[in-house]
Amino acid sequence: MAADTSQSVVKAAAGGVGNDSAVRGRSRWTDSGNTGNTGKTGNTRNSGGLRRALATHWYAWAMIAPVVLVLGVIIGWPLVRGIYLSLTDANERNVARDIGARHIDATYEFIGLDNYAAVLGDPVFLQRLVWTVVWTVACVSITFVLGLTLANMLNRQFRGRAAYRMALILPWAVPGFVSVFAWRFLFNRDNGILNKVLDGGGIAAVPWLDDPTWAKFSVIAVNVWLGIPFMMVALLGGLQSIPGELYEAAEMDGATAWQRFRHITLPGLRTVSMTVILLSTIWTFNMFPVIFLLTRGGPGDSTEILVTQAFREAFITSPRDFAVSATWGVLILLLLMMFALVYRRSLRKQGEVW
Amino acid sequence: MRRGIAATALVAALALAATACGGDDKGDGGTDAGGELSGTVTWWDTANDAEKASFQKIAEAFTAKHPKVTVKYVNVPYGDAQNKVKNAFSSGSDAPDVIRADVGWVADFASLGYLDEVPADMAKKVDAEFLPQAAASGKYEGKTYAVPQVIDTLGLFYNKKMLADAGVEPPKTLAELKTAAEAIKAKTGKAALYLRGDDSYWFLPLIYGEGGDLVDAKNKTVTVDNEAGVKAFKTARDLVASGAAVTNATDGYANMQTAFKTGEAAMMINGPWAVADTYAGDQFKDKANLGIAAVPAGSAKAGAPQGGHDLGVYAGSKNRAAAHAFVEYMTSQEVQVQSAKELSLLPTRTAAYEQPDVKSSEMVQFFKPAVDKAVERAWIPENGSLFEPLKVEYTKAITGASSPEDAAKAAGIEFRKILKGWK
Repeated sequence: MAADTSQSVVKAAAGGVGNDSAVRGRSRWTDSGNTGNTGKTGNTRNSGGLRRALATHWYAWAMIAPVVLVLGVIIGWPLVRGIYLSLTDANERNVARDIGARHIDATYEFIGLDNYAAVLGDPVFLQRLVWTVVWTVACVSITFVLGLTLANMLNRQFRGRAAYRMALILPWAVPGFVSVFAWRFLFNRDNGILNKVLDGGGIAAVPWLDDPTWAKFSVIAVNVWLGIPFMMVALLGGLQSIPGELYEAAEMDGATAWQRFRHITLPGLRTVSMTVILLSTIWTFNMFPVIFLLTRGGPGDSTEILVTQAFREAFITSPRDFAVSATWGVLILLLLMMFALVYRRSLRKQGEVW
Repeated sequence: MRRGIAATALVAALALAATACGGDDKGDGGTDAGGELSGTVTWWDTANDAEKASFQKIAEAFTAKHPKVTVKYVNVPYGDAQNKVKNAFSSGSDAPDVIRADVGWVADFASLGYLDEVPADMAKKVDAEFLPQAAASGKYEGKTYAVPQVIDTLGLFYNKKMLADAGVEPPKTLAELKTAAEAIKAKTGKAALYLRGDDSYWFLPLIYGEGGDLVDAKNKTVTVDNEAGVKAFKTARDLVASGAAVTNATDGYANMQTAFKTGEAAMMINGPWAVADTYAGDQFKDKANLGIAAVPAGSAKAGAPQGGHDLGVYAGSKNRAAAHAFVEYMTSQEVQVQSAKELSLLPTRTAAYEQPDVKSSEMVQFFKPAVDKAVERAWIPENGSLFEPLKVEYTKAITGASSPEDAAKAAGIEFRKILKGWK
């Protein structure tokens, strides 16, 4: 629309009266075209309307074409390709590849749903799924509670508030892999700072990353640490949008702090928290770097989640099994889509527009 | 999710392109009109921190012999190397010309068509002049794809002073190790053995010690879950549970080196590549304090795996003639003697062991008979991929998260998934 107006303004400025009337005429023409579209008269007029709408809004189509193209290339194509690969027996030995100037053609075949049967039939899938769900629920709920607490504490006037906010946002500013490696050093059982501190206090070394239970605890702790800034900032924004008058009125009515929190803060944060919980769930479900860099899924395979398992299939085993990895990927996508649908439905039921 | 993987691969590829091959224009290379080698040879070396400076110096000295060839030395950490090499080779661009491959990777790379066959005259020399077990590691289906650069095996490193303080001899068997451990604990309060729990290569001496092996390639049979295999998992668990050994399920190598170098552990199982780094430790300021013995025997025998590194040329390299010449130079007797002298690494050429510099190296003199007795592994393409599932089960067994029987069984199941059609 902007293009059209500016164009007409330019034309009007350059061409004077004659052009001006042309512009007006054109706008009238557009109006009639729209009416044609909305009216429920015959087919001919409708398709004519469509053609005219296309002719009128060509610039809009032209404007969004690059976006559609880019989305198609970076999202659509890999997705379609991934789904296709999961239905084949593609692995490192039979995919097309170039070795210098020599080209080797692909020889993999379509095998239908065999990969899905194999993955779902393997007890490994259930083990990974259970731990992935535990990991996601634990991370999201702890992060949310801590983020909400911190946001509430920061949502008041006190000396040095800016400094506290900066400090709490810091984990977000550090690149993820740097943080994870730093934590890895802290957690080192024999030479890590955490155990040195505990040792100073007379407590025996904790096998942070060497014991399955402690390793699970450790990866969750690191992910919570990384996730709090986002949660806190988002919720702080939500808190600041709640009008202060509500609290004043509640206070006048004699509501306790808990009652104010329960009946004003929580409902006021509803839209923000629903969104951040959904986002956070999807991120955590697919949180590759924390687990991969901290424990590589170990000790043994005790902290392996679905995503790191898919990575393992594609990049750690040899020959790399692209088909099975794609299968895991599609299954993860399906799980997340199911989750998003259920979540949206439950929100609708509560009358939330989302 | 697929996008996650694609993105990771892309990032990895970009990182490689940026660090390893940034702005590199290999040009046509090869030989010019006069038959003289020219162009750039990019070498991805997996040597560890203590070794890399020496290798870089040796590699760049190639230019003295072939002034028109530029050697580009890139150090790739061993742990990431297999993946990085595969990413680079399969993408076809920005791949190195020469790689230093673990002996376990050669058959895998060769079977995927990534390695160029060694020229016939060099292949003949490999057969005639190199240790036969080293030469075997560079072959796949009867053809030679890589030239052995160094050979190694595992041995028992011990702190002579700590053992003397505790009044024990270097243990020859695991039973002796356990007795020695009690004495060491009583006298010094330190652990006897640091055994890596996060890498299944360190499991091999235990399974060989019980007379077992991972697979029987001749009969296409998985043997990790047979009686000897179960016993090996039991031994691993027993060493840790009895307190004779300490272990670690993450960062095992770094922790092991630190513990041994600072005298927190009196013994460790490691290979010649660790010697240069170990000498840097407080305990080994006097180099004579480091003793090396054969790995302790299990109930059947003492056995350590044959390892080492081979040099291979990328089949898609634009500069193969120069690359092969570089490999020939890096595996020449002169270079092998130099790395034996500087880094205590073992030569792969039979004649190199006659050189005074090699003869005078105590470490080489120890490891040579050990290498001769080392257990040759099955040189199958799947060799490298067996270690990953084995690692999972080994870690579980050694830390007590899974029983030895379950660990052996699970490893067998995973092995059969990788080795399709094997018994």
